[in-house]
Amino acid sequence: MTLGGIDIVVLIASLMSASTPILLAAIGELVAERSGVLNLGVEGMMIVGAICGFVVAVHSGSPVLGFFAAAAAGAAMAVLFAFLTQVLLSNQVATGLALTLFGLGLSALMGQGYNGLKPPSTPDIRFGPLADIPVIGPILFSHDWVLYLSLLIVLGTWVFLTHSRAGLVLRAVGENHDAAHALGYRVRLIRTAALAWGGACAGLGGAYLSLVRVPQWAEGMTAGAGWIALAIVVFASWRPWRVLLGAYIFGGVTVLQLRLQAAGIAIPVQILSTAPYLITILVLVVMSARRGRAALGAPAALGRVFHASN
Amino acid sequence: MLTLEKRPNPSRFWTIVTPLLAVALTMIAGGLLFAILGKNPVEAIRTIFWDPLFNEQFAAYSRPQLLVKAGPLVLIAVGLSLGFRANIWNIGAEGQYIMGAICGTAVALAFYPAEHWYIFPLMILAGALGGWGWAMIPAFLKNRFGTNEILVSLMLVYVAENVESWMAFGPMRNPQGMGFPGSRNLQQYPAAANPELIPGTGIHWGVVAAGLAVLLAYALLKRHIFGFHVRVAGQSPRAARFAGVEPKRLFTLCMGISGACAGLAGLFEVAGPSGQITDSFNVGYGFTAIIVAYLGRLHPIGILLAGLLLALTYIGGEIAQLQLNLPASAIQAFQGMLLFFLLGLDVLSNYRIKRKGAQK
Repeated sequence: MTLGGIDIVVLIASLMSASTPILLAAIGELVAERSGVLNLGVEGMMIVGAICGFVVAVHSGSPVLGFFAAAAAGAAMAVLFAFLTQVLLSNQVATGLALTLFGLGLSALMGQGYNGLKPPSTPDIRFGPLADIPVIGPILFSHDWVLYLSLLIVLGTWVFLTHSRAGLVLRAVGENHDAAHALGYRVRLIRTAALAWGGACAGLGGAYLSLVRVPQWAEGMTAGAGWIALAIVVFASWRPWRVLLGAYIFGGVTVLQLRLQAAGIAIPVQILSTAPYLITILVLVVMSARRGRAALGAPAALGRVFHASN
Repeated sequence: MLTLEKRPNPSRFWTIVTPLLAVALTMIAGGLLFAILGKNPVEAIRTIFWDPLFNEQFAAYSRPQLLVKAGPLVLIAVGLSLGFRANIWNIGAEGQYIMGAICGTAVALAFYPAEHWYIFPLMILAGALGGWGWAMIPAFLKNRFGTNEILVSLMLVYVAENVESWMAFGPMRNPQGMGFPGSRNLQQYPAAANPELIPGTGIHWGVVAAGLAVLLAYALLKRHIFGFHVRVAGQSPRAARFAGVEPKRLFTLCMGISGACAGLAGLFEVAGPSGQITDSFNVGYGFTAIIVAYLGRLHPIGILLAGLLLALTYIGGEIAQLQLNLPASAIQAFQGMLLFFLLGLDVLSNYRIKRKGAQK
């Protein structure tokens, strides 16, 4: 099945892989935002995850260990953010920016001497004959374990938020932290946990870039993926399944744009490369234009400082 | 157990002391970072903060560089600070900086090789308009559709970087450049050049513009109704409505001013120190300016001092690269840390620390 010289099945299979970093970062950020904290440091957490995962994977020879290290590094960055915003009550927007700037610098520092190395590869899971089924095989049964994990995380996040008591408490904290506090819930602790989870997911997403997608280390390699993840959370009206949809649409645009570049279309490469960013803006505009419904999805306490007066 | 009690007004004392404390803490933490990298921390700190100004070997080169680097930082940060005060988050200054440079260069290249007195003024106008126009995109989308300006202005940075690269490889490539990417060097085109005005000082028109911006912003915040609107909108949006602030107009103005400032900074850079549009023309001034604005407490005079300090770290970082083999990115991490400490220490100016159970 081809359209304009582009194989649709290959396109779908590769867009799933291309979307995974953004999907992981976005689903993690969604949990953090549902608890009422806006962490603009996703880009910083992703890139620190990318380099930590890369370094550990190269030295240990095990990509699995690399992904664990990336999640831990992302979570550590998020806990730093949590300390500043929850304990020292700093401005969330400015602190998130600081986290991104710091992460970009720190990762470049850590990545000295890792340019050009090849990490151990993460193989696709073998499904045997399932992978040979036409159309469905390449799309569903030809990916690596992290991609399936990302889908599981989306499912798990949905179950957690809508069908568990803990998820209900987390949402309560995000909707009205004063009321949650009055009921005896530990607002700061819950938020710190949610942020750490978000950081771990962002770290995984970053490592997916450096260990699977590219797979190499380059300074600033996330190239705005963290910011696109933030936009996808808005696009999704803070709902898990829509995050999946959003991430795959963006992955599709990215892959299509790359295929068009490869096909030698008569548009300058640099102009094609702006497509994911322009689409992000477009989607944000469409979502915010339908203001009533988009606003309904946003946690009411998002971005507000919580300070218990006693 | 310690608890925090909100102060009715931010403490004046701590507002001034926290930036100094943050710098001191950053030096200590930075020293630790350098120690981990296997460098002598004392030597590293001295190389970054002392040598650019007082080392006989480097000072002749690096002292003028101080103003060359502080100029764009201060100019952009002053523009941003107005918006930040009113909770308007233009974080795409890097993109506006690029577009200002591209628009200004376009004017220069259109006239090349003519020599007219009005070419450089026209370029300045084009630079300001380029940055202003790029900032108007998030401003319009916010006012018309309520779209988040943080995400839009940031996405436009990546778009601008791609446009810059396209210009360097495509439309603006120097026809006599042997096929190398990059525009004509404006320093070699007298009518469009932004030269050093007083030899050996590093002062060019961009530095003059930064100085003027500081004075203007100071007067605006102190004396003009616009400055009052900015301050009241930041402190209490509800009170601002009663004081006659139109939020949309204020938003457009703040975004426009910060965009124009960033565009101007880009223009002065491309016509002066940098000389040409290349695919690596932008070096992150637009992002560092955010740190400058905060370190300067969003106050024009503070920003001037903070701009000089961060310019120092840039130059010191370059010397440290040569002397100590310190990676360039170490300075970036260093600057990020500075912002962390500053934001964390702000708790001292906004809250009182009390022991739990102590009498009020």
